[in-house]
Amino acid sequence: MAQALTEAAILAPRLERPAQARRTHSAISTSLAFWLLAPSFFLLFLFTYVPILEALTQAVSLEGFGGKPIGYGLGNFQRLFADASFWKALWNNLVYGLGTVAPSIILAVVLGVALQEATRLNALLRTMIVFPVVLPLVAVATLFAFVLMPGVGLLDHHLAKLGIAATNWLGSPDTALYAIIGLSIWKNAGYYMLFVLAGLQAIAPELHEAAKLDGAGPVSRFFRITLPLLKPTLAFILVIAIINVVTQIDHVIVLTGGGPSDSTNIILNYIFQAAHQQGDSGRAAAATVISVAALLSLSVASLRTLERGMHYES
Amino acid sequence: MKTRRARFPAPRRTLRLLAVALLCGFALIWSTPLLWMLVASVRDIPFGSTDAASLMPDFKPTNAHFADAFAQGDFVRWYVNTLLVTLGILMVQLVTITLAGYAFARMEFRGKNLLFYLFLLQLTLAPPILIVPNTLMIVRLGLYDSLPGIMAPYFASAFGVFLMRQTFKTIPRDFEEAAILDGASFAQMIRLVLVPLARPGLIAFSIVSLTSHWNEFLWPLMVTDSPDKMVLTVGLTSFVRSAEQAADWGLVAAATLLVAGPLLVAFALFQRQFVNSFLFTGIK
Repeated sequence: MAQALTEAAILAPRLERPAQARRTHSAISTSLAFWLLAPSFFLLFLFTYVPILEALTQAVSLEGFGGKPIGYGLGNFQRLFADASFWKALWNNLVYGLGTVAPSIILAVVLGVALQEATRLNALLRTMIVFPVVLPLVAVATLFAFVLMPGVGLLDHHLAKLGIAATNWLGSPDTALYAIIGLSIWKNAGYYMLFVLAGLQAIAPELHEAAKLDGAGPVSRFFRITLPLLKPTLAFILVIAIINVVTQIDHVIVLTGGGPSDSTNIILNYIFQAAHQQGDSGRAAAATVISVAALLSLSVASLRTLERGMHYES
Repeated sequence: MKTRRARFPAPRRTLRLLAVALLCGFALIWSTPLLWMLVASVRDIPFGSTDAASLMPDFKPTNAHFADAFAQGDFVRWYVNTLLVTLGILMVQLVTITLAGYAFARMEFRGKNLLFYLFLLQLTLAPPILIVPNTLMIVRLGLYDSLPGIMAPYFASAFGVFLMRQTFKTIPRDFEEAAILDGASFAQMIRLVLVPLARPGLIAFSIVSLTSHWNEFLWPLMVTDSPDKMVLTVGLTSFVRSAEQAADWGLVAAATLLVAGPLLVAFALFQRQFVNSFLFTGIK
């Protein structure tokens, strides 16, 4: 047996040895990899996987008086779907999403293209536009509490000079959501512009030179060259923007709490209220499950986009 | 200059000037909320004044609003708590993401792809969306109303792991092999060879991590209760509520500046690093 092995080793050293080495190497590396991944995995297990499963079981558990579980069923979902506030929150989130995402991305592209040349003035203007990005969302909210103050606030004070009467921006159900939308655009457009600028840098200047020689004007060059080549960048921005629209609610909590009459209530705020203020964890869990499902499908659908964006080295 | 003038015909030049003027105007209007914050925080605004929105500094700066803020709010404690939370999260993250990032970048093991996708899940599932079950978990672990309770869900970071995986992949294997041949242990090789080489990735991640946790509000609000566990953002909202009711706008501006100021200054000083790390990581 031993002899046979040695013989084999002598006869086919080149074939046998590397394979053997690879096998032991991979055994070591599997146990090492296990220990390297264990801390992260354990933490993700505690604070991501278990909570997802917990939200799921809580969503399908039925509770009697005093929070005692009395069985399983879809009662929480039925109550959720029967709640007009939930549909209102879903609709608001859609309006808020469209109203925020489209203008901020368009603004980001326009500003990115306008400020792409590396001059000193452009650097200054870019900085001014990016500043709101590093501000805490709650600080933006406290600032906008004054900006939007009827009559004396920054907006009305200066609109009055143009002869426009005072508006109760946050106090009226007709304007409150748009005020929140405006705040979000202000906070996020600069962030998206940074990606546009990086994307523009990756476009070879020769393409524009060649098109110029062919007589293409700035407008047609923008639509025929810049925009198509920015597509991956824009897809990436779109994914982040959608995530932001679902997960950022600090400003809503601080400024309106979802009011007046539910006009600024968006899904996460609905969940927060159901869990925190109304103590209805079953309904909150059901709404959480739906949001998690939506975000997971988004992340599965956009895996490629996200991974590509992960290393946008500039 | 001369050549440029020669290149652009006159109407083109006016068009260009017009665009520049438009952009400057836009950037200025964009900045008014921040300008107002700076001006109002040091401006003496008499009670009941209708002029609180003025952007004109009156060149008699007062530090009364800041003094009021420190006297009425527990800003020192909020700063300490925020620093403990942000730095505490970062320290643990740097260890977990370096180890896991290395495993995904360099090692072959069974179930690698499956595990990779399991990690990816967390990318879009920002903890706010899981506030309800995560709060339960924190209560169960006995961490409710404590600073570690605020930090714990962020100790592992899928973003960080991917970032480090990407970073390690750009480093040639030769360095590690040379270190091992020279008799370095695995831990030494990571600490003395790979971590220094991966510094750009680690710095990029650190900036994003510090910024986003400094700014975090909903989660600390959910898992803390007592005033001495408040971080800056939570403290600010409770503080500002009463200042707003008193229409003390100078105080609101000063308090907001106290919370946002450190990041604004850091951004102004290290703009390039900030921008690079935002781009590098994509998602805050």
